[in-house]
Amino acid sequence: MRMQTSPVGVVAGVIAAVSLALFAAPALAETAPSKIDAADTAWMISATGLVLMMTIPGLALFYCGMVRKKNVLATMAQSLACTMLCSILWFAVGYSLSFAGDGPWLGTFERAFMRGTTMESVSPLAATIPEMLFMMYQMTFAIITVALIAGAVADRMRFSAFLWFAGGWLIVVYVPIAHWVWGGGFLAKAGLLDFAGGTVVHLNAGIAGLVAACLVGKRYGYGTDNFAPHNLSLAVIGTGLLWVGWFGFNGGSALGANSRAAYAIAATHLAASTGALTWMALEWGIRGKPSVLGMISGAVAGLGTITPASGFVLPWHGIVIGLIAGAFCFWACTWLKLKIGYDDSLDVFGVHGVGGATGTLLTGVFAVAMLSADPDTPEGVAGLIEGNARQVLIQLYGIVATLIWSGVLTYILLKVIEFMVPLRVSQQQEIEGLDLTQHGEALQ
Amino acid sequence: MKLVIAIIKPFKLEEVRDALVAVGVHGMTVTEVKGYGRQKGHTEIYRGAEYAVNFLPKMRIEVAVPTDRVEKVVEAITTSAKTGQIGDGKIFVTAIDQALRIRTGETDVDAL
Repeated sequence: MRMQTSPVGVVAGVIAAVSLALFAAPALAETAPSKIDAADTAWMISATGLVLMMTIPGLALFYCGMVRKKNVLATMAQSLACTMLCSILWFAVGYSLSFAGDGPWLGTFERAFMRGTTMESVSPLAATIPEMLFMMYQMTFAIITVALIAGAVADRMRFSAFLWFAGGWLIVVYVPIAHWVWGGGFLAKAGLLDFAGGTVVHLNAGIAGLVAACLVGKRYGYGTDNFAPHNLSLAVIGTGLLWVGWFGFNGGSALGANSRAAYAIAATHLAASTGALTWMALEWGIRGKPSVLGMISGAVAGLGTITPASGFVLPWHGIVIGLIAGAFCFWACTWLKLKIGYDDSLDVFGVHGVGGATGTLLTGVFAVAMLSADPDTPEGVAGLIEGNARQVLIQLYGIVATLIWSGVLTYILLKVIEFMVPLRVSQQQEIEGLDLTQHGEALQ
Repeated sequence: MKLVIAIIKPFKLEEVRDALVAVGVHGMTVTEVKGYGRQKGHTEIYRGAEYAVNFLPKMRIEVAVPTDRVEKVVEAITTSAKTGQIGDGKIFVTAIDQALRIRTGETDVDAL
C-alpha cells in the first residue's frame, strides 16, 4: 500500500487557502520614499540573473557531473524542482515572512504575493532598488540554498519526498533564518555580520544536508562499489558557472553598483582562486596528483567560505580566507567524512557547512570598518584585527543559532515527510537508477 | 572455416586492420570490451574515495577465414598488434559450423 498524494497539489491548495485569508485583510504595507537608482537597479537585475544561473544550470551541472550516469537527470531534476517550487512559494509568502516587518523571529504577511507594492516601492533594506527586484534577488538565494541540500542525498532520495522537503524546508528553515540575519530579526539586531549568506545559505544548507544524509542513510554499495563520477567535465562547467555567478551572489549583496560590490567581488575571486590552489597543493602532496575534482572543490570551498565575509573584509583577506577554506574543507571531505562515516554524497556539509561556519567566524576576525561604513552607520563594523574581539563572539552566536534551528527543524521536517512517503527509493530502484525509476528517462 | 578472435589494445586497431587487408581479409566485426590478464588496472581517487579499476578497455576483433588462411591471418594480427608490453592481448581460433551471406544467400566459404 502506497500513499500517492501529489505534493504539488497540496502546496497549491495551501497557497490558495493562505491567499484567500490574506486578500480578505486590509493591506498593511507602508512604502519607503522612493529613491530608485538606475545604476543600482541595473546591476541588481544582472546580479539576479547571475545568481539564478548558479542554480540552473550551475549547480545542476556541478552536481550531476559527480553522480553516476544512471542518476544524472534525476540530480538535475532536483535543482529544477527547487527553482520551480521555491520560486512560487517565495513570491507567495517566503519573501514577506523573511523581509517584511522587523519582529525578532519572523516577518509578516504584509508582502504576501507582493501585495501593496507599486513600481516605486522599495524595501527599507534595499532602498535604492525596486522592491520587486529585491524580492527576486532574494528569491535566487532561497532557491540555491535548498538546491544545495540535494547534493547530500544524491543518488537515493525519492523525488516526491524531495519536493515535499524543498517546499517545507524553505518555509520552516530558510525563511526564519533569513529573517533573523537579513530581515531585521534578532541576529541582525545582535550585530551578526553575514554579507551574502555564510549562515543563511551555506551553514544552513550544510547542516541540513548532514542531517538529511544521516536520516536517509548511505547509498547502497557505498564503500565497496565504484561510484566514480559520470562526467567530471560537466562538474567543471558547473563550477565555472558557479564561480562567475558568485560575482552576483557576493557582489550583488552590496545591493548597489558601488565600490563595496567591487571589493566583495575581488575578495570573492581571490578566495576562490586560493581555495582551488590550496586544495590542489594538498592533494598533490598527499595523494600524488593534482586532481581536477580537487581544484573545483577547492574553488567552491573558497567561494562558500568568503561569502559571509566578502563585503566586510579587504580583498587580500580573501587570499587568507581562501587558504583556510581550501585546507579545512579538504580535511572535512577527505578525513572527517570517512572517520565519522556519513554518506554526504557530494560533500554539502564538508564544503558548504564547514565553509559557511568557518567564513562566518573569520568575518568576525577580519572585518574592516571602512567597508561597512554607510550614511546610517558611518563608523562601520570592525572585527578582531581592528580591535573588536567581541565581533567573533557575535559571529559564533549566529553560527550556533543557525546550526540548532537548521539541524533540529530539518530533522523534524524529514520525519514528518517520512509519514507520508518514504524518503528513499527502494533498493531495487536505487540499483536501477533514479533517472529511469523516478523520471522514466535515461541518458543514451 | 575458422573464427579468429583477437583481443588487442584499442590503439592498435587501425594497424591490425591494415595488416588484415594486406593478407586478403576484407571484413571484420569489432567490439569494445573490457578485460584483464596479467596487466593490472589502475586506481582513481575522487575526493578521498578510492576506486580500483581492474578492467581495462580492449578491442575484440572477429574475422571469419577459410581454414587454409588461418595461419597467415594469425601471424598478421600478432605482428601488427604486438607492442612487447604486458597487455598486448590474445588470439583464439575456433571452428565455424556454418556461414551465410544474408543478402545473396551464399554459404560457407563463398560467404566469407
